Amino acid sequence: MKFGILVNEGPFNHQASDSAYKFTEAALAKGYGIYRVFFYYDGVNNANKLSEPPSDDRHIVRRWSELGKKYNLDLVVCVAAALRRGIKDELLAEGFRISGLGQLIEAGIQSDRLVMFGD
Amino acid sequence: MSQGDEPSFETGVVKKFLYLNRKAPYGTVYALEVLEMVLISAAFEQDVHLAFVDDGVYQIRKGQDTKSVEMKSFLPTYRALEGYDIEKLYVEKESMEERGLTSGDFVVPVEVIDRAAMGSLIDSMDVVLGG
Repeated sequence: MKFGILVNEGPFNHQASDSAYKFTEAALAKGYGIYRVFFYYDGVNNANKLSEPPSDDRHIVRRWSELGKKYNLDLVVCVAAALRRGIKDELLAEGFRISGLGQLIEAGIQSDRLVMFGD
Repeated sequence: MSQGDEPSFETGVVKKFLYLNRKAPYGTVYALEVLEMVLISAAFEQDVHLAFVDDGVYQIRKGQDTKSVEMKSFLPTYRALEGYDIEKLYVEKESMEERGLTSGDFVVPVEVIDRAAMGSLIDSMDVVLGG
């Protein structure tokens, strides 16, 4: 089973990013494949390396980067959604890349299941 | 991928994509950004369906004027979908009636189906996206 993951909401403001992270982490731990994690709508804010939560809280952005590094995940931020929200290459945390919406559609085609997190 | 970062538009696989629109337009960005997904999936020559439920039925209501809220109207995009061979549009009957609307209130031709049929439609899809 190979999953595609779609994150539709920003970090901290909404549970979606936490749920997506936990789902992805659990799937990988069970040996499932993750074709791609795609960040859309306010989800693009999950890639902002300037995010600096209090030290006693989870660091959502860094957590994605670390999971990406560990499993060589393809973490893709939608260019159109990102530009609207001021997320550009120079703001990207490690392991993220910016690309087009076609990457999401392709993930839908290539994955056995595309799982969407958000409202 | 053949050319740099560009996705391959010819995968040879055609899946049933459903875009489930549940939110009114303009109050949140979901309706606009769903349309952007819809247009890209058409470029991938997928079997694209759009459904309008809950306040999503307002997205295609006739007579919208966004001038005073300083937002660009994306109503014309729904009318342009036909040009991309996207003609499978569904409105949930209960959502429409609860809001006092009829099938004549929409800017594009739609098939009105009841809630049970909407459930079956969603169940028959390969990929469900929306906002």
